[in-house]
Amino acid sequence: MRIPISALIGLVMTASFFLMALFAPWIAPYGMAEVVGGVWEPRSAEHLLGTDNIGRDLLTRMIYGGRTTIIIATLATILSFTLGSFLGFTAAVIGGWVDQVMSRLVDLLMSIPTLIFALVVLSVMPVTLPVLILVMGLLDSTRVYRLSRAVAVDINVMDFVESAKLRGEGRMWVIFREILPNALSPLVAELGLRFIFAVLFLSTLSFLGLGVQPPASDWGGMVKENKEGIVFGINAALYPAAAISVLAISVNLVADWVLNRTSDLKGGRGG
Amino acid sequence: MAKDMDDHFLDIKNLRIEATIYPPGEAAQNLVIVEDISLTLEKGKVLGLIGESGAGKSTIGLAAMGYGRGSVKLSGEVWLGGREILNGGIGGLRKLRGKEVTYVSQSAAASFNPAKRLMEQIIESAIEHGVAGKAEAEARAVRLFGELGLPDPENFGRRFPHQVSGGQLQRAMTVMALVPEPDLIIFDEPTTALDVTTQIDVLAAIKKAIKNTGVAAMYITHDLAVVAQVSDEILVLRGGQKIERNTAEAIITTPAEEYTKALVSVRSIEHEEKLPTENPMLEVRNISAAYSNNIKVLDDVTVEVHAGQTLAVVGESGSGKSTLARVITGLLPPSEGEIIFDGQTLTKRLADRSKDDLRQLQMIYQMADTAMNPRQTVGTIIGRPLEFYFGLKGAEKRARVIELLDEIEMGVEFIDRYPAELSGGQKQRVCIARCLAAKPKLIICDEVTSALDPLVADGILKLLLRLQKIEDVAYLFITHDLATVKAIADSIAVMYQGRLVRYGPKSQVLAPPFDDYTDLLLSSVPEMKIGWLEGVLEHRKMESAGN
Repeated sequence: MRIPISALIGLVMTASFFLMALFAPWIAPYGMAEVVGGVWEPRSAEHLLGTDNIGRDLLTRMIYGGRTTIIIATLATILSFTLGSFLGFTAAVIGGWVDQVMSRLVDLLMSIPTLIFALVVLSVMPVTLPVLILVMGLLDSTRVYRLSRAVAVDINVMDFVESAKLRGEGRMWVIFREILPNALSPLVAELGLRFIFAVLFLSTLSFLGLGVQPPASDWGGMVKENKEGIVFGINAALYPAAAISVLAISVNLVADWVLNRTSDLKGGRGG
Repeated sequence: MAKDMDDHFLDIKNLRIEATIYPPGEAAQNLVIVEDISLTLEKGKVLGLIGESGAGKSTIGLAAMGYGRGSVKLSGEVWLGGREILNGGIGGLRKLRGKEVTYVSQSAAASFNPAKRLMEQIIESAIEHGVAGKAEAEARAVRLFGELGLPDPENFGRRFPHQVSGGQLQRAMTVMALVPEPDLIIFDEPTTALDVTTQIDVLAAIKKAIKNTGVAAMYITHDLAVVAQVSDEILVLRGGQKIERNTAEAIITTPAEEYTKALVSVRSIEHEEKLPTENPMLEVRNISAAYSNNIKVLDDVTVEVHAGQTLAVVGESGSGKSTLARVITGLLPPSEGEIIFDGQTLTKRLADRSKDDLRQLQMIYQMADTAMNPRQTVGTIIGRPLEFYFGLKGAEKRARVIELLDEIEMGVEFIDRYPAELSGGQKQRVCIARCLAAKPKLIICDEVTSALDPLVADGILKLLLRLQKIEDVAYLFITHDLATVKAIADSIAVMYQGRLVRYGPKSQVLAPPFDDYTDLLLSSVPEMKIGWLEGVLEHRKMESAGN
C-alpha cells in the first residue's frame, strides 16, 4: 500500500496530537491551573511559550487544553457515529413509515442551526463534560444518520442483501453483517471530517463561554482568555488558535486519503 | 505520409495496447491488453470482431479511432484512408472522430443526454465538424430515420430519449453515426442489451445502413450467430490475441482453430426431456400481481414445477418473468391466486414463512457480482446457510463447505478467497453452492447465464444439469435465451406482457403450430447460418403480404 506524503504527514501529526493528549500529565512542565509567573510573560527558558492572562504556564495549558479538546471531540464523534449509523442503517433496512418518521424527525433537528440549538440547550443544562459530549454527539448524529441512511439504502437493494432476507436472516444480521462491512469505507472517511467539525464546534462553544468551564483549559477557551492580549501585541491567543487549525488540517489530510482510497475502489475506470 | 491508392482503407499494423495497473499491496504492473494485432478493412466491407469479455475487442475498436480508455498506451500503427492517426496528435484525432470515424455503443440509453431532444444530439457532430448545415443535417437524419424504419420520421427527432424504446434508441444512435457520412463506423455490441425480437429489427437496420452508404464497419460482439449475419469477415480474438481470421462463411462452416470450434458448437447440450409426474411439487395457481402503481405485471398465471425437473420461463424484458420469481419467493405478495408447495399453501409474504419453507426454495441471481457480499469469503458465503439452517459449526461446517466446493468443481484453495478474486463463472458457481448448501427442493434461476460468456455459460448449464441428477432438485429457470431453454428445459412457459401465452412440455411448446408471439420469438433467435437474417425478414414479409 502506497501512502502519499500528505497523508503520511497528516498521520504523524494526528498521532502526536493524540499521544500528547494521552500523556498530558507526564509531558506538561507545570500543573494545569498553577499560577507560576506574571501576567503574559514573554517566552523564556522556564516558560517556553510564556504565560497567560493570569500567569499560568501557556505550554502546560496548551497540552492540557489539547487533551480536553481531543477527548471531548473524540467521544462526541464516537457517540454520533454509533447512534447515527445504527439508526441510519435501521431506517434504510426497515423502510416504509419507520424510515419516514425517523428521517422527518432528523430533518426537524437539522432545520435548527446547530450552534444556536446547542447554545440554547447548554444555557439551561449544567455544563459538565458528559452533557457537553451528549449534546455535541446527538446534534452531530443527525448528519451521520443522513449519510449512513443514504449509503445503506444503496446497499440494501443489492442482491446479496435480498439473498440474506430470502434465507430468513434477521434485521440485526442484515445490518451488522451484510450492510455495515460494505458501508465502512465511506463512514470512516466521514469520521475524520466529523471529528474536525467536533473540534471546531467545541472550540466555538468554549469561546462563547458555554463549553469547557474554567479553570479547566481547552483551546477554544484559551483563545477567549487571552484574546485581550492581542491588542497589546501579545500573541498568547494565537498558539491555541494555530493548534486548532493544525489539528484540523492533519486529520483532514488523513481523511482525504481514506476518501480517495474508497472512491478508487468504487470507480474502476477513468482513475 | 500519403500511401498508395491500392492500399487498404483501414490498416492496423502491430497494434499493442497496454495499461499500468496497481494491484493492492504490490508494485505497479504493466498489463498487456492487446498484443500484436494487425488487420485491414476495405470500404463497403464489414469486419466482425468476436471474443469473450477481456478479449480486447472493444479496445481494438476504440483504437481504430485512436482512442484508449483511461490511461492505456497505444503503440503500433493505425492507417486510416492513407494517414497514420496514432501519431497525429490530439488535434488531428479531434478532426477525425465524429466525422470520418463514428461509434455506436452498447448502451444507447446511457449514451444519450436525457435532457436534450434526440435531433439536437444526432446532428451535433455533423454541425460541429462543418460537414453539413443544420437544415441539411436534419434532412439527412429524417431520411435515415425513415430508412431504418423508425416511426414517424418527420417528428421522431423531437422526442426525448426516454420517450422511445430501447431498440429505437439504438437505431437513433446508428443514425447519429451515419449523419456525418463517415468512412468508418464502429459498432460496439449494439444489440447485446436488446431483446431478441428487437435485436432482429436493429440488425436489419444496421445491415441496410451499411449497404446503402458503402461505409466500412467494424462490428464487435460476443455472439457469433449475430456477427455472422452482418459481417463479411470475422476476426476471432482471445485474451488480446488473434485466434483466426476468415470469411464469415468459413468461420462458421469450417473453423480452423480449437477455440473457434468451441464457439461454433456452443449450446450443444444433450438433455432428455422428463415427463411430468402425478403430483407437482410447486403449483402456481391463477397468480396476479402488481407493484405499488397498481399496473398488473402478472395476470392470471398458472404453472407447475415437478420434482427434479426444470420449468423454463421465457419472455422478453417486461414480460413479468422475474416478477413471477419474486412472487414465488414471497418478496412481492400476489394480489390474487395461491402458491402451493409440496401440498401446502405457502403464505404470501416472505416474513410469514417458516425457516424450513425458506430453506426449500433457493434463488440464484443473474449478476453473481452483486449476489455475494464482497466483504465475505467464499467459505463464509457458502457456510452461512449451513450454520443458519442446520446449525453446523467449526470443522463440521468447513468439511461440508469443502464437499460443496467439490460438487461445483472448485478446489479447497478457494475457501478463503473473496468474490473479487474469482472469475465470472466461478462467482456463479459459488452462488450455486450457496443454494445447494440449504438442500433445497426448488432453485429459482433468474437469468443465471446471461451475464456470462458463451463457453462459461455452457459450463454452468452442464453443472446445473449434473447437480439436478445428483441432488434431485427442481429448477424454475427464467431466461430470455431460447437456446438455453432448448438445452435444459423439461417444460416451458412463454410469457408476454404479464400473461402466459404458451405452456406445456418442451416437445409440445417447441413444435408447430405456433401462436403468433411464440413464432416471433422463436424465429428471432439468431442461428449460426449465413443469410439467416434475410431469410427471416423475407419470410415475415411474405406472411404479412399474405394476410
